[in-house]
Amino acid sequence: MQIRHVDAGSCNGCEVEIGAAFGPVYDAERYGARLVASPRHADALLVTGVVTRNMAAPLRRTFEAVPDPKLVVAVGDCARNCGVFAGAYGVAGAVRDVVPVDLEVPGCPPRPEAIVDAVRKLTGR
Amino acid sequence: MNLVLGALLTALAVGALSAVAGLFLPRDVRPAVVGVGVAVSGASAVVAGAAAMTGQAAALVLPDLLPLAGVLVTVDALGGVFLAVTGGVAVAVGIYGIGYCRQHGLDARGVQAVLPLFVAAMMLVPVAASVGTFLLCWELMALTSLLLVIAEHRSRPAVAQAGRWYAVMTHLGMVAILIGLLVFAAHAVDGSFAALRLAAPGLSPAVAGLVFVATGIGFGSKAGIVPLHAWLPRAHPEAPSNVSALMSAAMVNLGVYGIVRVGFDLLGGARDGAAGWWWLLVLGLGAVSAIYGILQAAIGTNLKRLLGYSTTENMGLVLVGVGAAGMFATSGDVTLAGLAMAAALLHLVNHAAFKTLLFQSAGSVLAATGRRDLDDLGGLRAGMPGTTAAFGLGALAASALPPGAAFVSEWLLLQALIHGLPAAGVSAAIVMPLAVAAVALTAGLAVATFVKAFGIGFLARPRSPQAEHATESPASMLAGMGIAAAACIGLAVLPTLVLPTIGAVAGASVGATDPVQIDGMTIRLVGVAGALSPLMLTIALVVGLVAALAGVRVLATRRAARAARLWDCGAGPLSARMEYTATSFAEPLQRVFDDVVRAEQDVDVTHHDESRYLVQLVEYRRRVPDRIERKLYEPVLAVMAAWGRAGRRLAPGSVHRYLGYGFYALCGLLIVLVVTR
Amino acid sequence: MGILLQLLIVVGLSPLLTGMMRQIRARLEGRAGAGIGQPWRDLRKLMRKRPIAPHGTTEVFRIAPLVLVATCLVVAAAAPFVTTASVLDPVADLFAVVALLTLGTVALALAGIDTGTAFGGMGASREATIIALVEPTLLVAIFALSVPVGSTNLGAIVTSTLNDPAQVFSPVSLLAAVALIVVIVAETGRLPVDNPSTHLELTMVHEAMVLEYSGPDLAMVELASSMRLTVFLGLLANLFLPWGIATTGQPLLVAAAVLAFVVKVALLGACLAVGEVFLAKLRLFRVPELLAGSFVLGLLAVGASFFLA
Repeated sequence: MQIRHVDAGSCNGCEVEIGAAFGPVYDAERYGARLVASPRHADALLVTGVVTRNMAAPLRRTFEAVPDPKLVVAVGDCARNCGVFAGAYGVAGAVRDVVPVDLEVPGCPPRPEAIVDAVRKLTGR
Repeated sequence: MNLVLGALLTALAVGALSAVAGLFLPRDVRPAVVGVGVAVSGASAVVAGAAAMTGQAAALVLPDLLPLAGVLVTVDALGGVFLAVTGGVAVAVGIYGIGYCRQHGLDARGVQAVLPLFVAAMMLVPVAASVGTFLLCWELMALTSLLLVIAEHRSRPAVAQAGRWYAVMTHLGMVAILIGLLVFAAHAVDGSFAALRLAAPGLSPAVAGLVFVATGIGFGSKAGIVPLHAWLPRAHPEAPSNVSALMSAAMVNLGVYGIVRVGFDLLGGARDGAAGWWWLLVLGLGAVSAIYGILQAAIGTNLKRLLGYSTTENMGLVLVGVGAAGMFATSGDVTLAGLAMAAALLHLVNHAAFKTLLFQSAGSVLAATGRRDLDDLGGLRAGMPGTTAAFGLGALAASALPPGAAFVSEWLLLQALIHGLPAAGVSAAIVMPLAVAAVALTAGLAVATFVKAFGIGFLARPRSPQAEHATESPASMLAGMGIAAAACIGLAVLPTLVLPTIGAVAGASVGATDPVQIDGMTIRLVGVAGALSPLMLTIALVVGLVAALAGVRVLATRRAARAARLWDCGAGPLSARMEYTATSFAEPLQRVFDDVVRAEQDVDVTHHDESRYLVQLVEYRRRVPDRIERKLYEPVLAVMAAWGRAGRRLAPGSVHRYLGYGFYALCGLLIVLVVTR
Repeated sequence: MGILLQLLIVVGLSPLLTGMMRQIRARLEGRAGAGIGQPWRDLRKLMRKRPIAPHGTTEVFRIAPLVLVATCLVVAAAAPFVTTASVLDPVADLFAVVALLTLGTVALALAGIDTGTAFGGMGASREATIIALVEPTLLVAIFALSVPVGSTNLGAIVTSTLNDPAQVFSPVSLLAAVALIVVIVAETGRLPVDNPSTHLELTMVHEAMVLEYSGPDLAMVELASSMRLTVFLGLLANLFLPWGIATTGQPLLVAAAVLAFVVKVALLGACLAVGEVFLAKLRLFRVPELLAGSFVLGLLAVGASFFLA
């Protein structure tokens, strides 16, 4: 399972947790997941942050660039339902308003264990 | 009258007839008739050359044609190689020229009449057998090529300047050859090559060296060897493409012919050890030309100039082979010398094939788009699939990768160089590794150059409206390219057909027997261990491709591919300005070789009137000058100009002074005569 | 028969080599790692993805992965990994093998330019520069290897080293080995020349050319990368440490040779992986200095082969 991370407008708190999840302590890679450099190489998108107006079209294009079959994971409260940024002027919506979401990871930011759990659901290991 | 003589005379007669036809026929049939005539003449020359290479010789003496000396023509094996190569190139270019001349407005009487004469002159040079005949044919070749180079000078001013450079350099080269050959002939009974051969053992080493260096200057300049190469990258872009193809694929070979003929055959430079430094000089200059030529090609963006520099590079490689052959021969190892010479001759033949193809496709692109700069091309695959395929094949051949044509000749050259280590002593121990390194660097840079030329010029998306609206060339141009492509493929896959003959010729020129043996599909080297089978390699590659394709078809999913936009990080749209250009592709190489290349950059910043801190316009210009021209030619030209200015003071216009010059000169001459009698 | 065996080993075990190197890296970094078989699982999954045809690319983009795999297959079949006597002996010339592998890289570079994106062009440009600068070292090192043997035929070099084991410890061999190690690192795109697992486009050389590939094409490119690494390490192993290779066709000898080859390549891969953990990637314009240094070593090797012979 190769995963491409997309930052749609986050405060980077979720990115720090994702970094920890793929690091030595929590090690999501042992369940067969790997972060890759291009959506063309990926099977799943890991989207963090509320979708800002500037990132709405790029996020949709990134989703279209991933070959089928594909999945989308919304990480963090901002990605799920705009979190603390709901109603702000630069916000276009939550991730599910732009691309179809298959899995959500709640938390602000979610703990690395929750992210690893979500990855295990994707890989089935 | 045997086959060789008959075919040669047919070739010359058809050429002369085509020239006459070019003068008198109406405009609409002129290119077709002249083109077919050139092609038939070329085919005839191929037959003559092939027959000569297999051992038949011919001689012709016409004592009254030239005053004082007569015309002597001898077709031997070495001349036969060059005759065949010239003929082959003429066939492809003749057919190509039918469509090209019509498209480009080159169907004027002058151009069409001179073209067959140029081809005929190139056929006469390798068969000339006396000093007078040789110089006559050489000058004829130079004049006709000059007339063809400046064919388009009315439409572009740069053409006239290129013509001037070419005229001056080719005539200076001719003067050097003249001096060398005349000094040689002065020591012999008469000017025929047979007499020169007899007189060679009696020459002192200094005189022999002088003859070699003088003729070497002229022949080296014609072959495009550094530092006398400056005409090549100027003349090739400005000449019409079929003329560029003829010049690059057939005319520069005659420079190498001259060096081999004078050095090995006439002067007997393979026999005695005192001539060792000649061949070291040839090898050194060849290596430097190869590296310099391909470096300039790797950095350059003008397509035809890039191909011109690539010609310098390939001729440099051929001279590396010739020089190595001479070094081995003078130190006694004639088998290895034969191998090196065979590698050089095979590379010459391969180069003729792929350079013709490359220049023809470049001409096709120029005709379709009017652009010569790679930074303005691109995306030509959609509009010009045939030309793209042809250039791709030529680029594969030129980059010396299997299954291309030049791979076999470079393999042979490397084998000759690496087996030379124990043979020629300490000098070889230092020179051979450096020569191998030079050949290797050249090969690597050639790969980079042709990836750039093919990829940026033909693939991806068009970078200018002209490239976008390009359409394929007419059928005659495609047919000409097809002939050259067939030759490239044949030489790549089945060099075993031509190698025995070329090997025999090479061996004979250095005094050895056949240096390569053909064993079914494999080329085996004689006297040293080494074998290669290009056919087996190609078949293995094809089988591998089929296996990979089968593997994918079997194992991959059967769903149809989904069309999608290119991955551009989501923002977009991608414009043609965002693609990599040839300049940007070569930028890392330019930085690495900055000491040699020394690109000149100008940055002009225009500010707004209101504020010095706001920038309105930034103009960036980068030029890569030819550094050898800068360092070598400009001082020489400056000295000549200063000399000219100083000389002007000798001629102020006063008749008294001129009369005085005459009087004093006469007095001085009388005094000298009295004193020396 | 030897050809088929070599092909099976190289195709089958090269993803395992990549997996093993990633596993060693993971363990040294304190992680558990995904297991040796992960690259095979990834390849299987990639084969099942739906292919994508990007707008504006030509046949070169579609054919390049096939050419890359084909060149690796030919080299794997011809080079003496398991036996020294091969039907493809006239192809098993060191110059030919090196040129074939370069052909694969060229195909990928052309595909990178063909995408028309800045990533592809940049990757192709950098790769072309590295190829150009690696060639002199490579050919001079081959020169040095061929002098004691008198031939560049791979089978002949391996047989000669088998017959004269002391040759391996001569200065010629050692210098040539070091030069070749640097060349292999550059050609296969490993640290310190290129980082195969980077996400930053400015640091990419090989990855940038393949950013556009997906599905079965990407599977072929990844498989070809692993095969190239296996082939290069196999050549290094058998040119300098050929013991264990089968000189006749006896089944017992051949089986022992397979085992020896696998062990040698695994050991070399492990050393490479451990080295990578401790090395950082060089700036792109420092790479020519590294390659120039290895070129000097190659020249010294050739000089030594003459003056010490």
